[in-house]
Amino acid sequence: MKKLFSRPESLTEKENLYCPGCGHGIVHRLIAEVIDELGTREKTIGVAPVGCAVFAYDYWNFDVTEAAHGRPPAVATGIKRVLPDRIVFTYQGDGDLAAIGTAETIHAANRGENITIIFINNGVYGMTGGQMAPTTLIAQKTATTPLGRDPKIAGYPIKISEALGQLDGSAYIERVAVNSPKNIAKAKKAIKKAFQTQLESKGFSLVEVLSMCPTGWDISPVEALKWVEEKMAATFPLGVIKDKT
Amino acid sequence: MENRVLMKGNDAVGEGAIQAGCQAYFGYPITPQNELTAYMAKRMIDEGRVFIQAESEIAAINMVFGASLAGTRAMTSSSSPGISLKQEGISYMVGCELPGVIVNIQRGGPGLGNISGAQGDYFQATRGGGHGDYYVIVLAPASVQEMYDLTREAFDLADKYRNPVIVLADGILGQMLEPVKIVKGNPQPNSYIKKDWILDGCKRREPRMIRSLLMEEGLLEEHNWKLNKKYEMIKMSEVRVETENLEDAELALVGYGTSARISTEAMKAARQKGMKVGIVRPITLWPFPQKVIAENAEKLKAFLVLEMSLGQMVEDVRLATNGRCPVYFYGRPGGGIPEVDVIVDRIESILK
Repeated sequence: MKKLFSRPESLTEKENLYCPGCGHGIVHRLIAEVIDELGTREKTIGVAPVGCAVFAYDYWNFDVTEAAHGRPPAVATGIKRVLPDRIVFTYQGDGDLAAIGTAETIHAANRGENITIIFINNGVYGMTGGQMAPTTLIAQKTATTPLGRDPKIAGYPIKISEALGQLDGSAYIERVAVNSPKNIAKAKKAIKKAFQTQLESKGFSLVEVLSMCPTGWDISPVEALKWVEEKMAATFPLGVIKDKT
Repeated sequence: MENRVLMKGNDAVGEGAIQAGCQAYFGYPITPQNELTAYMAKRMIDEGRVFIQAESEIAAINMVFGASLAGTRAMTSSSSPGISLKQEGISYMVGCELPGVIVNIQRGGPGLGNISGAQGDYFQATRGGGHGDYYVIVLAPASVQEMYDLTREAFDLADKYRNPVIVLADGILGQMLEPVKIVKGNPQPNSYIKKDWILDGCKRREPRMIRSLLMEEGLLEEHNWKLNKKYEMIKMSEVRVETENLEDAELALVGYGTSARISTEAMKAARQKGMKVGIVRPITLWPFPQKVIAENAEKLKAFLVLEMSLGQMVEDVRLATNGRCPVYFYGRPGGGIPEVDVIVDRIESILK
């Protein structure tokens, strides 16, 4: 009998602690599948963020380090510059990448660091209890925008991928979603292309993944899938933002 | 013939790092340490090593974090305000047990302060500096030669204990020109310490992780006790101190770095006036040379601590004497420099 589905070698057997309906588990798996397919598990070094994915090092079956909140691109820069033949990637949430770590993100991209960033945009700070993220939508209710995000007080959802696309140093940037099998397949393709961009030394690559956080959004997992499609993708359009590979 | 060259203190730090096998340097402009970053920009590229002018001191220390966890010797440098920004990264490095060298060419503070040499960062350097319960080794050069030598040795100490090491100098030492004897090569060969903990890809081995997050019951306490064992070992093995004329001394001047140079002048002037003055010069500020202070506490009439600050190291001297000997203080903050005449007057009135 032919085996159609199994755990990628790049994933550990550890059960993840993510909430029901969370997108992190899906993206962890996509990364693991891509690394298996590219055959780079033994030369990959991952950088885990501060946030819900802080335990990513428990789930991936390759070398992973933690980094201070927002600093993964700087840590990845340090690793990649001294080990240029390794595959170095960061996995960051919206707070980590687009709030506290904005400077590190922009300058890693601007230097054209040959690293890959997988950026999970779920519009809230999940681990700390659903506070407003830089990517929280207008009128979206969070723990710190109880009446909904009011741009007069809290500004606008930040389109960091578009901003990074403006930089001469970025090579490949795409925004995807993981709310449906079709979108997941597209997300995997984008993640693979991002790692290939690095493998071919073409420079900075980033995949922004619109992802579900039913707990932080206070809706059911099924509603969360719809929310990504109807609400998030309206503000953060899916597709290739930059491709000079 | 000795290979002696005239060098600025900041350049000597850079060359010391090069000779220690520093593979990656990450800097950010700030006076009075700019010569060091410029020196590394040229020399690191000459040597085919990694140089990055980072977007901030925060990014620079995190690049050190990355280069270090990948197994290489890495360094960053700054001056007081920039060192404050690096404290987060230093705390993480300690938590993750990553070696690395951080150079602080101190300037006046608080805040933006000024760009004169000062010694206001002693507390920050010797009490950990960032959040959490930890220490870093702090080396205090007092000459351009020592800027070179101690930077070289800082890399060995960092690797030996898997802990960051701070070279704590000041703007005067950074800008000063003195002859330096260049000793080529690592003080200890790179192979001296096998780094079997680094992340370089899990080829033919199990994957590794580097982390300071220890959430399970009791795990973090255990980790802190483990770090403490290391600190106890460092306290036992790594104290460095220089003394002069303590044999017949009635009073000992205690100063580090630039203050130590001034104390040497003051000692000479006081001795010319017939006062029996000796010197204790801590070279490691942490671990602090408590023993030599304690041993002399009974036989001396007093210690006089000299600092370019409102008085920080003086607290360590008082702790070491444990009330068995009076400890006086003379210091000038904000870029002020203790004056020899004033010191001699103080000695005179203390011994009167």
